[in-house]
Amino acid sequence: MAMHSDVMLDTLGLFCPMPIIKTSKKIKELAIGQVLKVISDDEGIKKDMPAWCETTGHQFLGLEEEQNGGTIHYKTYVKKSK
Amino acid sequence: MTTTKLDPQAALAELQESKPERVTLVVLSGDMDRVMSAFIIATGAASMGMQVTMFFTFWGLNAIRRPGMSSQASDWLRRMFGFLNKGGADTLPLSRFHFWGLGTRLMKLVMRRNRMPGVPELMEIAKDLDVRFIACTTTLGLMGITKDTLIDGIDQFAGVSTYLAEAKEAQVNLFI
Repeated sequence: MAMHSDVMLDTLGLFCPMPIIKTSKKIKELAIGQVLKVISDDEGIKKDMPAWCETTGHQFLGLEEEQNGGTIHYKTYVKKSK
Repeated sequence: MTTTKLDPQAALAELQESKPERVTLVVLSGDMDRVMSAFIIATGAASMGMQVTMFFTFWGLNAIRRPGMSSQASDWLRRMFGFLNKGGADTLPLSRFHFWGLGTRLMKLVMRRNRMPGVPELMEIAKDLDVRFIACTTTLGLMGITKDTLIDGIDQFAGVSTYLAEAKEAQVNLFI
């Protein structure tokens, strides 16, 4: 079952550091407590998103992987906490 | 009259809490791959809420020069040097496999096809994220590069003391 999210950010096809830069901009549009879902096909996001959350003080809720043809789509969930 | 009592311990804790983490990067190299790495770290750190300062010196200054600008240095030796040493964020050569420009052009083509931002794009993002740019005045003079031939948006023209004052407050200091 897919996790709940309020806002979605598509970063498919983008490489480091773009997904993180876009996440940091997007999270400003959310209200505290809302959940942002970031979709990426860059494997680095698996480690980068929890690290970004830890540094910025937002809550990392989890990761879903979805096989999509030849590529894997990584869906990360971040709860705006401040 | 009302007086507000301030708890010094709490005030200090609040100050430390609100103080952002800092990163400084010395960009000495003018190689495209190295400058790109510097900007990737800078934009990444800024996105993580850190305060980032980039200190450009020697060949790194080429990254913040406006393309096609001729040197306005006062003596002919330095003017000549400024003429031979081409600048501009989009003209930086690869540190390896440059092959008189062919290797670098191929690399840029691959990057464009994969929607990877190059040095000029990363630089725009860095400015947008309030990364501070400092140009080293000593090497500007040495290399015959004048201030008016640099890009807009250089925050400071300074020397080693300014860098060290920043670096001693920072948690991450890199020399590239």
